[in-house]
Amino acid sequence: MRLLLLLLPFAGLLLVPLYNALTPKLWGIPYFYWYQLAWVPVTSLLLWIVDRATRSANAAEDMR
Amino acid sequence: MTSNPVALAVFAVLFFGAAFLGTLAMRLRPRGEGAGTGTAHEEWGLGGRRFGIWVTWFLVGGDFYTAYTVIAVPALVYGQGAYGFFALPYTIIVYPFIFATMPLLWRYAQKHGYMTAADIVRGRFGSRPLELLVALTGLVAVLPYIALQLVGIQTVIHALGLPGQIPLIVAFLSLAVYTWLGGLHAPALTAFIKDVMIYIVVIAAVTVIPMHLGGYGHVFDAAATAYTKPGTGLLLADGKMMPYATLALGSALAAFLYPHTLTGVLASRSAQTIRTNAVMLPAYTLLLGLIAMLGYMAHAAGVVVARPNDTVPALFAAIFPSWFLGFAYAAVAIGALVPASVMAIGAANLVTRNILGARSGREHDAREARIVGLLVKLAALACVLLLNPQYAIWLQTLGGVWILQTLPALICGLFIPWLRAPGLIGGWLAGMVIGNWLVFSDGLVPTHSLAAIGLPWTFYTGLIALAANLVVSLGLSALLRTGRAGVQPRPAL
Repeated sequence: MRLLLLLLPFAGLLLVPLYNALTPKLWGIPYFYWYQLAWVPVTSLLLWIVDRATRSANAAEDMR
Repeated sequence: MTSNPVALAVFAVLFFGAAFLGTLAMRLRPRGEGAGTGTAHEEWGLGGRRFGIWVTWFLVGGDFYTAYTVIAVPALVYGQGAYGFFALPYTIIVYPFIFATMPLLWRYAQKHGYMTAADIVRGRFGSRPLELLVALTGLVAVLPYIALQLVGIQTVIHALGLPGQIPLIVAFLSLAVYTWLGGLHAPALTAFIKDVMIYIVVIAAVTVIPMHLGGYGHVFDAAATAYTKPGTGLLLADGKMMPYATLALGSALAAFLYPHTLTGVLASRSAQTIRTNAVMLPAYTLLLGLIAMLGYMAHAAGVVVARPNDTVPALFAAIFPSWFLGFAYAAVAIGALVPASVMAIGAANLVTRNILGARSGREHDAREARIVGLLVKLAALACVLLLNPQYAIWLQTLGGVWILQTLPALICGLFIPWLRAPGLIGGWLAGMVIGNWLVFSDGLVPTHSLAAIGLPWTFYTGLIALAANLVVSLGLSALLRTGRAGVQPRPAL
């Protein structure tokens, strides 16, 4: 499950045909551009979720 | 180039002021509790492994997103359109990769007092030849990178109107003095100043310039008409989608294998510092996406340049008043000083510890590392003087292919316990031979068509070489394992 969350950005960004399009535009910016930019906060959020879920387990590991 | 005294004055005050502040950092570092537990070499070369969340954020951000990014990414977008944006997916997917791998690497390095990738590999596999290969690969891959930062500083000083070799001399001397005096503490402090300045410049650029040009919609509309060559434009041509994706993936895998980026990671205080940073660092990527759009704004503003790398300086000169131009150029120059310094330190750590074999960590090692750091910078200066800048960019492309060949030893070694040094050496050789052969036979273009093996795609050459490397590394290691098992007496059934 955690691994799946970490792999999502790879799927969303490496499958280029998903987003190689001009429309729909957002504030005049073509889809190709705002779609990729949107993955920045989404990736941060995914990492934050995984980090929170694993923090105590990781802390124990880091101590060893 | 016309002389611009206002811009020059603003530039000089900011650039030398920031650099001077950085050199003070070594003196100002905390000496109280927790300080001075490491060796003198760890202090100069790894900041005493004490950098917390914020310092790490600025330091890694400062040496990963270099001034060269501010110049080269918009230049590529200006010339090619959408293809130049591959840096955007690249600098997003790099973070899940960092999150999953770098804390493990940090933990292992901290436990054993390791400072470099080659240290870690030696510890893991007990092989001196493999250590040497990893160290030499890192050194050779980072040299053209330092050279490009010197070119970055040289370019803006030249744009301010200073003649002849003066810009390059100033660039080199400031880098040399700065690194000698400050160690890794200097870029950690200066990175903060650099970031604030770059943010101001970029936010000014991405708000003021589109206002001048009638909004983002208009910028994209105007840029769309500027691309007439086949394969360029606001979208990727069919044949460019696979190169785009594989370049992004390959660059992301390579990014934190370099000596300078790994130095930033290993200087963190804890594994959790790295995880928290993986969550926060994408903020820089937002900035990178906006910087890339400067390439389109240049088209919309009607900027025409002979060399693509002049795109951003020319756009700034066309839009900004003199005093802000000086500020912007200083931001770019400091943005080159920070990573160049970390690169030289990372390379010096490799040479002193892994090539010369000095691991006592005492004061004379720190001095030796300083001297080697200076030699590294001289080698980078020689790169600038002997090669034309075009070659430097090619060398950097090759550098990416090279550094990727250390991934099986450094990263896969964390997860696959049965990998063996001879297997990894064989894999490295296979990857290097295939990678270099393909890049050179393709005229130094870093992508290669897979038509020869019946596939309709074109891939980033680094990934092709990495695939060969992995096949050989895993195959040979598996063979060695079963071979060794065969020697041992078999248990009775």
